[in-house]
Amino acid sequence: MTETGLQPERIDFDPPAVAPKRDLMSKFDGLIAERQALLDSGVTDPFAIVMEEVRSPTEAVIKGRETILLGTYNYMGMTFDPDVIAAGEEALRRFGSGTNGSRMLNGTFRDHMEVEQALRDFYGVSGAIVFSTGYMANLGIISTLAGKGEYVILDADSHASIYDGCQQGNAEIVRFRHNSVEDLDKRLSRLPKEPGKLVVLEGVYSMLGDIAPLREMVAVAKKHGAMVLVDEAHSMGFFGPNGRGVYEDQGLEDQVDFVVGTFSKSVGTVGGFCISDHPKFEAVRLACRPYIFTASLPPSVVATAATSIRKLAHAHNKRQHLWENARFLHGRLRELGFRLGTETPESAIIAVILSDQTQAVAMWQALLDGGVYVNMARPPATPAGTYLLRCSLCAEHRRDQLDRVADLFSAAGRAVGAIA
Amino acid sequence: MSDRQQIFDTVTAQIEPFNKKGVALAEATTFQGDLEWDSLTVMDFVAAIEDEFDIIITMNMQAEIETVGQLVDAVAKLKAAA
Repeated sequence: MTETGLQPERIDFDPPAVAPKRDLMSKFDGLIAERQALLDSGVTDPFAIVMEEVRSPTEAVIKGRETILLGTYNYMGMTFDPDVIAAGEEALRRFGSGTNGSRMLNGTFRDHMEVEQALRDFYGVSGAIVFSTGYMANLGIISTLAGKGEYVILDADSHASIYDGCQQGNAEIVRFRHNSVEDLDKRLSRLPKEPGKLVVLEGVYSMLGDIAPLREMVAVAKKHGAMVLVDEAHSMGFFGPNGRGVYEDQGLEDQVDFVVGTFSKSVGTVGGFCISDHPKFEAVRLACRPYIFTASLPPSVVATAATSIRKLAHAHNKRQHLWENARFLHGRLRELGFRLGTETPESAIIAVILSDQTQAVAMWQALLDGGVYVNMARPPATPAGTYLLRCSLCAEHRRDQLDRVADLFSAAGRAVGAIA
Repeated sequence: MSDRQQIFDTVTAQIEPFNKKGVALAEATTFQGDLEWDSLTVMDFVAAIEDEFDIIITMNMQAEIETVGQLVDAVAKLKAAA
């Protein structure tokens, strides 16, 4: 929108450079200026980190410096597992580097079938469909399940892939206040009874690391006749007796209709999936555009995923280490006086809440200079306009690494005035 | 007072707590341009309107609403359908 027509005429002897009228790129001027102002303050660009070497699930070299990785979602530390790597190497040699095609045409190889079987076994369900990324799994499933005249009801703090899945489809979109059972109930009760409804929830919300009261929410959804999809991207491998996610931990396996997940976090490669016990679930493959109109995952990727998933089913020690690590770091950061995303360690994500961008960037930079990488997150990705330094734990983090992390947080927090 | 005027008055009363700049409210007042609301404010405000009138304004509908007048029309339509 422009207000040019309302401006008084005047002659400007030193006009600023104006982008040509039809330059589609000029809409990014605000973003470019904001980023430049950040870089001019002398900090490393938080959104342009390069890992020059990766030495383990918890260590990389960034700008020539050994760095502890504390912001990678590599929860279960599977990326360097010898069996996982061997499976990938074998598939790479036997099936080549890529599939050149859609799952629907020439893009289904042995290991695409094997990884879907691994998922069915892991989740104890009859149906599993693999997508090229977790983002595309949400995009495809949500847009395909809910059609014109039907409703998608989503949490306001939902991941971008859920919002984009809503936009990709033709359903009516209604959102409710984050994790509010009451608000979900109120909204569902105002909708017409007849049309189909899909309530979309997440087990763990990745910005603050808080978990959803799924038991109450699923009960409300069922009361109103809605089907339920839960995104368990940030819980796979370490919630519930079989590591299936928060929904398993809360005893909802017979009530959740669809679970969406990813290979890029606990599984340690790339890809997304949806699992379900619905007898007609396979039909999604015939109708889902983000499944059909894209190339399938390379054989080495699905082979590593299949091996990793089968190992995750029995990774009890790793699961225990991960929780110990999350509890330890949460406790230390709390002791230091930081404001955290959750009162107790609810998941493997610990978010340190800061008041503004300057403080967040200064602290993020001090941590990086000290050899610790965390995620910085800012609005609009964050809830309620907060600036966050997000730590995600790995089962492979050692106690000496986390001690160092806590010491650096202590020094950096004092330096920027986030803690006393 | 007509129904529409009543809705207009209720809507503008609901806007006031969010009207940080003290903008004078008229039919053509825009939420983004004049009131300069961000997406979080919009969400809180929409929830307040929904509770007030016991309706649902879907995100699809919200995308089409730019001015106070358009919101009043949308509320009138939703109330009539309810």
